[in-house]
Amino acid sequence: MVLSKRQKAANVVIHILLILLTVIMVAPFVLLFMASVTDEMTLLQDGYAFWPGKFSLEAYRYMINSGQAIVRAYGMTFAITIVGTVLNLLLSSMLAYGLSLNGLPGKKIFAFYVFFTMLFNGGLVPTYLMYTTVFQIKNTFFGLIVPQFMMSAMNVIMIRTFFQNSIPTELYEACQIDGGGHLVIFKNVVLPLGKPILVSMGLFSALAYWNDWTNALYYVSDKKLWGIQSLLNEMISNIQYLSQNSNVATNVDMSSFPSTAVRMAIAFIGVLPVLIVFPFLQKYFAKGIAVGAVKG
Amino acid sequence: MQMSKGKKLFRKWMPVYLMMLPGLLYLLINNYMPMAGLAIAFKKVNYSVGIFKSPWCGLENFKFLFSTKDAWNITRNTLGYNFAFIIVNTVLGIAIAILISEIRSKVGKTIYQSAVLLPFLMSYVIVSYIVYAFLSGDTGMVNNSILAALGIDPINWYAEPKYWPMIIVFVNFWKGVGYGVLIYIAGIAGIDSSFYEAAALDGATKWQQIKKITLPALVPSIITLTLLNIGRIFYSDFSLFYQVPMNTGMLYDVTQTIDTYVYRGLLTLGDVGMSSAAGFYQSCVGFILVMLSNLIVKKISPDNALF
Repeated sequence: MVLSKRQKAANVVIHILLILLTVIMVAPFVLLFMASVTDEMTLLQDGYAFWPGKFSLEAYRYMINSGQAIVRAYGMTFAITIVGTVLNLLLSSMLAYGLSLNGLPGKKIFAFYVFFTMLFNGGLVPTYLMYTTVFQIKNTFFGLIVPQFMMSAMNVIMIRTFFQNSIPTELYEACQIDGGGHLVIFKNVVLPLGKPILVSMGLFSALAYWNDWTNALYYVSDKKLWGIQSLLNEMISNIQYLSQNSNVATNVDMSSFPSTAVRMAIAFIGVLPVLIVFPFLQKYFAKGIAVGAVKG
Repeated sequence: MQMSKGKKLFRKWMPVYLMMLPGLLYLLINNYMPMAGLAIAFKKVNYSVGIFKSPWCGLENFKFLFSTKDAWNITRNTLGYNFAFIIVNTVLGIAIAILISEIRSKVGKTIYQSAVLLPFLMSYVIVSYIVYAFLSGDTGMVNNSILAALGIDPINWYAEPKYWPMIIVFVNFWKGVGYGVLIYIAGIAGIDSSFYEAAALDGATKWQQIKKITLPALVPSIITLTLLNIGRIFYSDFSLFYQVPMNTGMLYDVTQTIDTYVYRGLLTLGDVGMSSAAGFYQSCVGFILVMLSNLIVKKISPDNALF
């Protein structure tokens, strides 16, 4: 197809606008990475820069040599993400399976029970008091996994809709004729055929756990249980505290704080797994988001 | 006969109920129990006797809350920011989606799509590091590289409330716009291309095509997304308002929302009464807003109502 001059010009303009947008979206990450490879003195003198005057890998060397807390936090983040995501998928898909079955006695009531949690919630105060006093979740691994993210009504409804629309009921019947119970159907039919939605929902769940720092803020003060986000959060709040209370700062040995470059390096390795995984799973993210716009 | 039928049904569905049980229990714990716990807004909490045994105090907590100027402040900030977010992210999200949909090459499309989605994947802790790298008073990139080059005096960003409404709206756009963009791209991809071909044959300009074909086709997605957002208009992303301004006291006037207020009341100040009253206010007004917005959509275009 031959494009007219006007169309060609329009295409160029569109590309320029989108390239500009891409720069706005990506440049901040470049700045973050550049800061992590900047010489500490240069950084303090010239400030953060996209092209630092003097490079240094000191921050990464420091992390490898004396970063036990960092390695530990990194491991915790992986553990939280994996355990949380598996539990989330298990709970949501089993519940969604039940809600997708025609003829389940009480189906309407259960569906409303799930849906209502999207309309109304108790908020932080009762949730916090209940988890800490009734369930004694403070400073346990559960405190990082259970609140907020272990299941969401929205995901359950999206998974149920997918099961209903994409899995032919004949398959269930065939399975039942062969004498398969619900667990067999769930394992052999629903999970394999539901894979696209489960991968999408699993990704969102994993992302929520990987990025979460609020559960630790509310429920876990024991640093041994902290993930990488909580570690980063503490570092930056310490620095903010010192800069707001400069009279305290003079009495504090600043060298005991990780240098700016080290903090940026930790932030960068916190982002890295997401950056690595994302290109491969981009289409599942896109699908999962597109599904969200279609009501269940 | 009746008994055995019931028994049969029970035997048939029991495994399904058992499979559903963990999820239902989780909602009971994580959602329904806290709803019942909203009652503590009417109590004078005394930890020494326990929450359950604490005496009732009627509306005292609410009287306290609404006699301060905090109540007005957090309501204004929460609503104001959410309105700004909805408008900015919808308008720019649609514009970006239309631009990306114009790209023919698949690779180009994927790259642009990935770029807008990238910030969506980052934690707010990382975002606050990035914002700090740009805006820090001494070492920030903006002060040292941009303002210095323009000959403007450095600005102490974290001490100047007047800049923060813009910063927060921008950060929210930067981080969140990709989500809407992907939804709108999916919407545009679903439009039958013969509409555009017919319009082009009739001599319609690109702008006319967008106005007459693309935008009307996006209306359902726009309504659904806006409805979801209006339902959440009394809520704010705690991380955005707490983490990005780095919990700076000087900025509270323009960054304090209901969520950060409740958190600070509960865990920093230990004022359970005030914060539970604010939480109760949020839950109830939030619920009313969801129901109202759905009702309005039901009247205007019943197909797009959420329930």
